[in-house]
Amino acid sequence: MQHFYFDHNATTPIAPEVLETMVTCLGQVYGNASSIHRFGQAAKQKLEAARRQVAALIHASPAEVVFLSGGTEADNLAIFGAVRAAGRPQAHIIVSSIEHPAVLASAAKLESEGVAVTRLPVSAGGTVDPESVRRAIRPATVLVSIMHANNELGVVQPIAEISRIAREAGVPLHVDGVQALGKIPVDVDTLGVDLYSMSGHKLYAPKGVGALYVRKGTRLAPIAFGGHHERDRRPGTENVPGIAAFGAACELAGRTLAAESERLAALRDRLESAVLGRISGTGVTGRHAHRTPNTSNIYFDGVDGEAMTIALDLRGFAVSTGSACSSGAITPSHVLTALGLSADRARSSLRFSLGRTTTAEQVDALVDAVEASVAHLRRISVHA
Amino acid sequence: MSGGVDSSTVAALLVRQGHKIVGMTMQLWNQRRLPELMPETASHGRCCSLDDVYDARRVAEQVGIPYYVVNFERQFEEQVVQPFVEEYLAGRTPIPCTLCNNYIKFDRFLEMADSVGAHRIATGHYARVRYDEASGRYQLLRARDGSKDQTYFLFGLTQKQLARTLFPLGEMVKPEVRELAREMDLAVASKGDSQEICFVPNGDYAAFLNAYLKEKGVEPQSTRGSIVTTDGRTLGEHEGVHHFTVGQRKGLGISSKEPLYVISTDSETQRVVVGGNDDLLCSRFIARQLNWISIAGVATPVRAQVKIRNKHAAAPATIHPTADPGSVEVVFDEPQRAVTPGQGAVFYLGDLVLGGGWIA
Repeated sequence: MQHFYFDHNATTPIAPEVLETMVTCLGQVYGNASSIHRFGQAAKQKLEAARRQVAALIHASPAEVVFLSGGTEADNLAIFGAVRAAGRPQAHIIVSSIEHPAVLASAAKLESEGVAVTRLPVSAGGTVDPESVRRAIRPATVLVSIMHANNELGVVQPIAEISRIAREAGVPLHVDGVQALGKIPVDVDTLGVDLYSMSGHKLYAPKGVGALYVRKGTRLAPIAFGGHHERDRRPGTENVPGIAAFGAACELAGRTLAAESERLAALRDRLESAVLGRISGTGVTGRHAHRTPNTSNIYFDGVDGEAMTIALDLRGFAVSTGSACSSGAITPSHVLTALGLSADRARSSLRFSLGRTTTAEQVDALVDAVEASVAHLRRISVHA
Repeated sequence: MSGGVDSSTVAALLVRQGHKIVGMTMQLWNQRRLPELMPETASHGRCCSLDDVYDARRVAEQVGIPYYVVNFERQFEEQVVQPFVEEYLAGRTPIPCTLCNNYIKFDRFLEMADSVGAHRIATGHYARVRYDEASGRYQLLRARDGSKDQTYFLFGLTQKQLARTLFPLGEMVKPEVRELAREMDLAVASKGDSQEICFVPNGDYAAFLNAYLKEKGVEPQSTRGSIVTTDGRTLGEHEGVHHFTVGQRKGLGISSKEPLYVISTDSETQRVVVGGNDDLLCSRFIARQLNWISIAGVATPVRAQVKIRNKHAAAPATIHPTADPGSVEVVFDEPQRAVTPGQGAVFYLGDLVLGGGWIA
């Protein structure tokens, strides 16, 4: 049986050219980038070349890029680092209610330590109203953290408008860009962000590498200790092969983004119009918002999304619903319920996320399988 | 697949027999939900622990089958945990395993099997099912391993459920299952047996109830009351009727020359009635919400052996129909100790399970 992958927002396969960079580096560049000798220098060169590649993709200066282990660590460093650096006993932070758990759980941890947290609601279309940010800012506010693109919906937030408001109030803005990087253009100056989280494995680099953009002048305290790496911001011997691969992936994304996003948007539209046209009781959540081109979140009334995910997997199609917990079981999505979807509709929703290897033939095969699965599931739930 | 030796062996056996199977673990309860019940060490051997999911996943990988964890936490709470709590508060002693079998394992799970295109479900229960041509019914029979027999918890299964269920361990004794697991080199071959009520740590149901009620914002002291004797004397106060079950001797907090036992609990008056061992003897009771399995029902009195709790040795009795077709009266030949409202009464004819109901 052939297996087709429609879960690129969970992770992506490593691109061949990225893999080549990684393997070459793994095999040949084994020096510690902090070492003085030529082995160390070779590693340092790879490290700094990758830093330039990442910086170029987001139009930042290389010195503003801090490499770390991935998106979750980037979010943690941004949030804890900004709050600790502010050094206020009565600090306040603002997040949206549809953030990734890496942001929400960090905020909850700070809350348990006495930091005040405002969780902003989103509209039915999935966007944060910039004016709600303005209203939420207080004298004690030390950070605003709003994601760029949502992982479940692909909905893109009005970051530039939010950053203007934050900047007027003198509050730094952190943006979780994990699901935006490589999918839509990112320019940290146009966006006006101070901190921007990135993850390698969402754009065809391996797991275990990511970066945090830290605008020059932004106050950020370290959250781990033990070395002077990454300008004292993130200790630990650098994962040079992973970072080199991440750099190569950013360069690749920069080259292909415009054409690829057009291609993916057309495939996504093909998927959505076929599903909505052929299957009753369906709808796309966040359809009218500005979205990343590869993501589609569709509900199938009367269908259990968990059962459908398994049924589709057994037919050879990898899709996802909600977010997986530690056991691998599925819990209702906090994002969909924040948009005002009923619990039933949230449970009947599936996320399809397309990527580099997705073709029109795969999309057509997916639609056939979805149509058959929905018919089967609706038939048995009538009899149950 | 619970991650235990029984369901793991079932998976391996079915693969060996050439069936096309899918492994699933039901996530039923979040162990981290009630913080006061969190054990200080790792929670090994309790349901839905990450260790057990890890074990189940490893076995699925070993035998080469697709494997999924499915989340039934919501249904489990509504259909098993809440009734369990309500029954205790109403002064009865519930059996959540039976409710879980009726509404989760052989209902919601069967629906999931349908969803993914599976024709049958197989579990690691110790019981046997067979189709009887003469009556046209699926029969439920005790397991060959009497010490492991789980038919007491399966009396609620319908014909439709039994028709689609496989119990591959029914003809085996536990040592054979372990031997087979070892022979097939399953990682869980020497894992310990699980406890009875999977979501209640260490069998301390009173602590579970207190923690659950606290989470729900219900004051536990609302069921406080007095401890009285069968002849109406008040001996003391108690912390809540849910701390007591019929036949219980320990934890009364009252000194007495003769051993005292809980005879009954009354949720209306919040009274716990205590008495001597003989006061616990009872020769008849009503069983309600019946489910008939191997026979369609009783029109006239029928002889059977009736089991009134899991550890009870089924005792000879006569089952009398009542005006209500959903209830029967059970009359034991010899009075039995501690007939407990809320427990199941299961009717056997030798190995055959005729049916069962709930003790009123």
